[in-house]
Amino acid sequence: MADSARTMTDWLGFLGNRRAAEPAPAAVTPAPATPELSHPTKSLQKFLACLQAQENPVLLDLGPVVGSNVTFFGEQLGCRIRVEDVASDIEAHIKKDTTDQLAEFFAKRFTQAPGTVDGILAWDVLDYLDRNAALALATALTQLLRPDGALLGFFSTTESKQAVYTKYVVVDPQHLRYRAYPASRPRQRALLTGDIIRMFKGLRVSDSFLMKSNVREMLFRKNPA
Amino acid sequence: MWKRDESVKPATPPAPAPAAPAPPAVSMPAASSERRTQPLQGENVNIGKSVVIKGELSGSEDLTIEGNVEGRIELKENILTIGPNGKIRAEVFAKSVIVLGEVTGNVTASEKVDIRDNGSVDGDITSPRVAIAEGAHFRGSVDMQRSGAKPQAPAVASKPAATAPAPAAQPAAASAQAQKVGA
Repeated sequence: MADSARTMTDWLGFLGNRRAAEPAPAAVTPAPATPELSHPTKSLQKFLACLQAQENPVLLDLGPVVGSNVTFFGEQLGCRIRVEDVASDIEAHIKKDTTDQLAEFFAKRFTQAPGTVDGILAWDVLDYLDRNAALALATALTQLLRPDGALLGFFSTTESKQAVYTKYVVVDPQHLRYRAYPASRPRQRALLTGDIIRMFKGLRVSDSFLMKSNVREMLFRKNPA
Repeated sequence: MWKRDESVKPATPPAPAPAAPAPPAVSMPAASSERRTQPLQGENVNIGKSVVIKGELSGSEDLTIEGNVEGRIELKENILTIGPNGKIRAEVFAKSVIVLGEVTGNVTASEKVDIRDNGSVDGDITSPRVAIAEGAHFRGSVDMQRSGAKPQAPAVASKPAATAPAPAAQPAAASAQAQKVGA
């Protein structure tokens, strides 16, 4: 039997060489896109809890518009969300070379009446401002907050030369996805916790978390009236 | 041989020939009459690229706008689609609004507002469901109030054109749907 099988193989060998091994699938398939990692957040859930006590709260989002975030906050809180993209304001001033006027600009930037906003998502915009502009923005935001209102801010703990902004996409109340997009200049500096607290002097720090992603998440509250 | 072919040939072709044209002769006039009578009931109506409308636009059928409209659009029971070439400078009220073009003005929908990729809205949105695609432009506020919410005094006094949303005007069905989504 074995002999006859060998003979058959030999005969088949006349027809041609054996089929070459199939190429490895990795060589054919395109390289997978770099996945966006979701990072844990500890402050978002606390921020949501602050607003859930309010009926139809007013929320101010200082980041660029993220559709899924609008849906998330709208459905979680049944709130009115106003998107005020501060990063685009900074970009516009950089392009016009008027960054020295940013402090003046932020003092008049928001048209909402003082004390009418229940929650502010400041994300990390303050990292991209110089000291005066950051102070002007922090003062304006403090004025906008209603008594007992909440402000969520992210502050980088490391210096970075990368000229990128970050969109924070809410995955769920415990996770955020960081989505980078190009900026004209990098973060200005890593703020010290004491400097941050002094900037928001009308608010008190409710919670502060140092995350493994080199971000300090800080939740501020305005004192009740 | 030749005779046999001649005898077969005339027998077969006449049979299918009258059968084929017969059905269309009966059904075609009926179909065309249906099309003439029913186009305005369920079909989408288009406002073409070159059309410019200034004033109030209202109706009771789904509408796609590719042209320019200034003023006010009211399709409370229907779907309004602003096509990629559409440019709207108006207050919009509809059941659902799909934006692929440009809208400047406040948008109120009883069911859903959907800003698609490259769509742009500059104004305040009031709707129980809002979807904003990744490449879309949006500047304004979104009001997705839950059912049973008390109408709130407008806290935002941003744009002169912005009007206070009227949550009481939202149909109960739409609000119930919002709650379902939220759950």
